[in-house]
Amino acid sequence: MSTGTRAKIVGWLLLGLVRLLTGAQARWWGCPPKAEQRIYFANHQSHADLVMIWAALPAELRGITRPIAAKDYWTKTPLRQWITTAVFNAVYVDRERTEGQDPLAPLVQALDAGDSIILFPEGTRGHAEEPQAFKAGLYNLALRFPQVVLVPAWIHNVQRVMPKGEVVPVPILCSVTFGAPMQLQADESRQDFLARARDAVVALREV
Amino acid sequence: MSSWLRSLSSSEQVGALFVLVFGLLVLVTGALVTLSVRSRHEADEVRAAFHADWWALLKTSWFMVSVFWIGWVMGEIAATVLFALVAFLALREFITLSPTRRGDHRSLVLAFFVVLPVQFWLAGSKHFDLFTVFIPVYVFLAIPVVSALADDPQRFLERNAKLQWGIMVCVYGMSHVPALLLLNLRHYEGRGAFLVFFLVFVVQTCMLIQHLAARHFPRPPAAPHVSRSFNWTSWAVAVLAASSLGVLLYAITPFRPLEALAMGAIACVAGSMGHLVMKALKRDRGVTNWGPQGRSVTGANGLLDRVDALCFAAPVFFHSARWYFGA
Repeated sequence: MSTGTRAKIVGWLLLGLVRLLTGAQARWWGCPPKAEQRIYFANHQSHADLVMIWAALPAELRGITRPIAAKDYWTKTPLRQWITTAVFNAVYVDRERTEGQDPLAPLVQALDAGDSIILFPEGTRGHAEEPQAFKAGLYNLALRFPQVVLVPAWIHNVQRVMPKGEVVPVPILCSVTFGAPMQLQADESRQDFLARARDAVVALREV
Repeated sequence: MSSWLRSLSSSEQVGALFVLVFGLLVLVTGALVTLSVRSRHEADEVRAAFHADWWALLKTSWFMVSVFWIGWVMGEIAATVLFALVAFLALREFITLSPTRRGDHRSLVLAFFVVLPVQFWLAGSKHFDLFTVFIPVYVFLAIPVVSALADDPQRFLERNAKLQWGIMVCVYGMSHVPALLLLNLRHYEGRGAFLVFFLVFVVQTCMLIQHLAARHFPRPPAAPHVSRSFNWTSWAVAVLAASSLGVLLYAITPFRPLEALAMGAIACVAGSMGHLVMKALKRDRGVTNWGPQGRSVTGANGLLDRVDALCFAAPVFFHSARWYFGA
């Protein structure tokens, strides 16, 4: 069996499992699902966030959208690495900053290639009810790729499915709400933009 | 006619029953389609709401009849698995709207992946004695222990009560439907499907009559904060009408006419009261509906709204039948 076929079968099984456990419902509240180049940015509470948003996207968009995966976690075992590479087609980022290396380089590469990406601008998973402050990466990408549409998203309930430190997921219905696209204003400072982006994500919790 | 029916084997009789029910559904659906096509141009909001009402009821009926039919066609094991799946989805909806904390994680894993399969296995393998006490005795002791070991005392009683109530309604209640299917009452072997049909028919008719009576002859509600439509008059009318209808079905059950009336009444009271209890639970969570009409954030499809009356009626009906008629 070729890797491509195996990836397809595993992806299909995984999708079925995620749907059975969580429903993986997508709510296109602020924009329709559309095959334009986009940066989806969402709250981050669990490693399963990546799987959730992947499963919530329609099949046509799943192929052209690449989630950003934390390198240290998702390459720890061969299985995780294989799933993120072959099934999710993920882009790895280093969470620890090393000297002389642009952590955004792999993201820039993916966007240059015309793919959409899924970003978690908090960087690490939050424990509190409210998302943490957003990191500068989103701003830098928005500055560099002004033509790419920025779509905020709120992932609902995932932390209840699999809290940190647990291995068996619990079936609880989850949804991903996609908000109205936003843009970097001409004279907007970095802090203002990041705060506005974060507010746009938080606002989706209540719709 | 009746002698011809009697000459059929029991599985042929069940088949004939399904032909009859599906035929009725097709007739009603056809009538409704004709009506809605004819009145499409009338901008009559009352009528539109009335039609939407009927469509919702019809959808529920089609869904339930199809589930039962698939369960019957595919045999006892498949039926048990099918109802286990319905229980799983219902419990998923229930837990989604109950606030659980991280300390409940292991208890939830236990509920979904151990309690639910074991309970349905007990039903499928006809271990009816253990089946009856497994959840109320063993599980209700085990779940709080697992939660206590998670070392989180905050709102402990409330969290455990919600979890246990979810298991009680969704798993314990629902598991009595396949159990009824497999129950062999004396001189009535292999015809559990008729008992299930009797139960579902009577309970759903009761809910339907109650719904329509409350809608078209509104009276002051008995518990306005829980349900704006529930009132004793339409409730009594519905229970009486549905259990009288059950008497007409006595020939397909092991009951005599008066027994059929009593069993029908028991099922109707349990079902309608259970529905009211579930309404109170929903109000507590700030939704009017487990499904998407309320806050659609959860993505629930409202399965629990459709089966909750049955979840309450099935255990009461099962144990009454087993106790009174002997298994």
